[in-house]
Amino acid sequence: MPAPLIEMRGITKSFGAVKASEAVDLSVAPGEILGLLGENGAGKTTLMNVLFGAYAPDAGEILIQGRPARITSSADALAAGIGMVHQHFHLAPRLTVLENLLIGIPGKAGRIDRAGGLVRLAEISSQHGLTLDPNLPVSALSVGEQQRLEIVKALFRGARLLILDEPTAVLAPSEVDGLFSALRSMAAQGLGIIFISHKLNEVRALTHRCTVLRHGRVAGRVDDPANTTSAAMAQLMCGHEIVPPARGPSTPGADVLILDRISTSRHSGTALRDVSLVVRAGEILGIAGVSGNGQRALAEVISGVRAPDNGQMTIAGKQVVHFSPREVQALGLGRIPEDRMTTGLVTNLPLADSMVLPRIGTSAFSARGLLKPDAIRAFAEAQIKAYDIRCPGPMTRAGALSGGNLQKALLARELAFDPKVLIVSQPTRGLDIGAARFIHEKFLDMRAKGCGIIVIGEDLEELMVLCDRIAVMYEGRIAGTLDSADASVARLGLLMTGAEGKA
Amino acid sequence: MSAVLEQIFQVGFLAAIIRIATPLAFATLGEMFSERAGVLNLGIEGIMLLCAMTGFTATSLSGSLWLGVLVAVLTGMLMGALHALFTVALGLSQHVCGIGVTLFSSGLAYFLYRLIFGQQSVPPSIKGFQTLPIPVLSDIPVLGPAVFNQFALVYMAILAIPLAAFVLYRTPWGLSVRMVGENPRAADSAGVSVIATRFQAVILGGALMGLAGAFLSMAQFNAFTFGVVSGRGWVAIALVVFGRWDPWRSAGAALLFAFVDALQLRMQASGLGHIPYEAFLMLPFIFTIVAMAVMSRNAVAPSALLKPFRREER
Repeated sequence: MPAPLIEMRGITKSFGAVKASEAVDLSVAPGEILGLLGENGAGKTTLMNVLFGAYAPDAGEILIQGRPARITSSADALAAGIGMVHQHFHLAPRLTVLENLLIGIPGKAGRIDRAGGLVRLAEISSQHGLTLDPNLPVSALSVGEQQRLEIVKALFRGARLLILDEPTAVLAPSEVDGLFSALRSMAAQGLGIIFISHKLNEVRALTHRCTVLRHGRVAGRVDDPANTTSAAMAQLMCGHEIVPPARGPSTPGADVLILDRISTSRHSGTALRDVSLVVRAGEILGIAGVSGNGQRALAEVISGVRAPDNGQMTIAGKQVVHFSPREVQALGLGRIPEDRMTTGLVTNLPLADSMVLPRIGTSAFSARGLLKPDAIRAFAEAQIKAYDIRCPGPMTRAGALSGGNLQKALLARELAFDPKVLIVSQPTRGLDIGAARFIHEKFLDMRAKGCGIIVIGEDLEELMVLCDRIAVMYEGRIAGTLDSADASVARLGLLMTGAEGKA
Repeated sequence: MSAVLEQIFQVGFLAAIIRIATPLAFATLGEMFSERAGVLNLGIEGIMLLCAMTGFTATSLSGSLWLGVLVAVLTGMLMGALHALFTVALGLSQHVCGIGVTLFSSGLAYFLYRLIFGQQSVPPSIKGFQTLPIPVLSDIPVLGPAVFNQFALVYMAILAIPLAAFVLYRTPWGLSVRMVGENPRAADSAGVSVIATRFQAVILGGALMGLAGAFLSMAQFNAFTFGVVSGRGWVAIALVVFGRWDPWRSAGAALLFAFVDALQLRMQASGLGHIPYEAFLMLPFIFTIVAMAVMSRNAVAPSALLKPFRREER
């Protein structure tokens, strides 16, 4: 086995009282793809930020090709041949592809070396099949292309080790294949790659070796991921066995939500074009699609945030007239928005206030224009208990809660009022397996009680486990709807890229 | 009205536009560099005033005009560094610190002026910059005397525009400035120091504001009065938006504002005496408000404007 390209020994890093990383060892050899597995908060990103110089470790050392290295800034990391593709891209959308590549590169005779940059870009493109138009502004690129640019950017700076933080989270299945073949090509040429993910099937397909983190420590190593079961790896990740929730056969009732040829004009993001959907009582409908294909507009129309230009919507047999959040809520719609922190609740207010916010004007929480603080507090306390929301109390600032607990709070807030229809966007994004499991069980409980649920999500595996039917959105339309029993990642993936008209 | 139209095409009128536009162009370019790097500098009004004062004082005491300009520029850089210290190094509110810098600089200018010159019945003046006709070019009809028979500082302003565009768009440093103003995290992960780049841009901006101040007290008025800046700094902030954070457009915006200002001056002087002159004084500002309302609708500010950068943030 060749000497490791990079070796981390005993890396420890704390944030206040939280040990995000504790005595972690990790090494990557040239030509090797290492999987770094772990749940959210297991310390994967922290560890990589230490390696990339963004955080200074409290203890431990980093060796590059056998020699100790001090990495205190991203400039040091780049000089040491470490490139990182962050989960949230580090690109300037209004600058061009070439400008984003040339940032921080010394110029020629005081000027930006455009010609040299173009040559280098062409070299890298042809070597690994990563083509990009150098003169387009980054804002004109698809998410997949932006990721490609991030990879090229790292190679452009002579990276010998490439770190990718959850790179597939933003990609369609077909784009994932392209990414994997580029990564394999780079490894074949002697680069080391660290692939961070919690998607076990991807890790098994791509990596040569795996390091699994749990609670900031190394929970185990897997030397032969391709021949290790997902269940075994999942157990390493969470420390106990994971049983997927059992979804019984559906017994759908009446139509509780009907969208009839809904279209919106383009405000921000993709508009809806002639979207018709039906959700029945007691079923879960999944909405799949690559992010940015109209899911947000759909969620906004259904939750009454945005009125459609054309088309009609009926909730529990009553037609929606004004499209206001209050109206759809009165008709029996519950909503858990995509972004917990910005549209879900008010992070600087006490948790209790956020939990009653959508119904603050109802007689339950206010009278004669004044709040009923005792009722609000009591409601919040009851929900905290019922949903096991871990927090010091109802008056805790909402922003101080972890993602899983926030999501529980939002779920509690809606489910307390027995909605007839529930719309949820990205219900388990950023949650660990345990919290995700809890959320899934609640959905199945609601389904059994006859609630119609729409789940907008990007994780196809999750949708296939949870949903009775899955509709796929592509460029603002419904590209097709499949019964879960007939759905596969391949079939959904085709619909997601608009390749198939009808399934 | 035809008398007014006639005046527009007079050489004197064109020359007046150029002269009025010069301090605005310096100030606008200065503010633009700062904002492109992500730092709004509301200290501009006070910085211009302080620089006008220090430049004037240095010249008055030494007799050297260029020494005065140098002192004004250094003063501007120092105040730029002060603003950057608060907003970039410490990450404090750019609005609050900018207003603080303006109040502090203005107060300091009044204080030092009184300290040095005392209270005099006739304010002291200097022999300011004289027009410097450029051979050959100044012989071009109309354009020659209007553009090429000006103060040296005017020529500097004219050269500063393409130079600013070159620096911003063609040099690695300019790319760093644009990047830290758009996505500092991207610049940081590419090994560019966000803090250093922002400091440099704000300090360069301060230097240009210093030139604007120097022009006012050493070429335009040849004296320092407390009203010497009178809102030109605030106007420059609007012109940056109007010019969409681009050197060429910003300079164009300064020129347009100068045109309206020169026009209202002529209108005051012309036969429209029955209208109070204050009404004309308002014209350029009304123009600014209208132009801003119309033009800035699709102007997109640098994404990271007003946002301090801290690295170890979770």
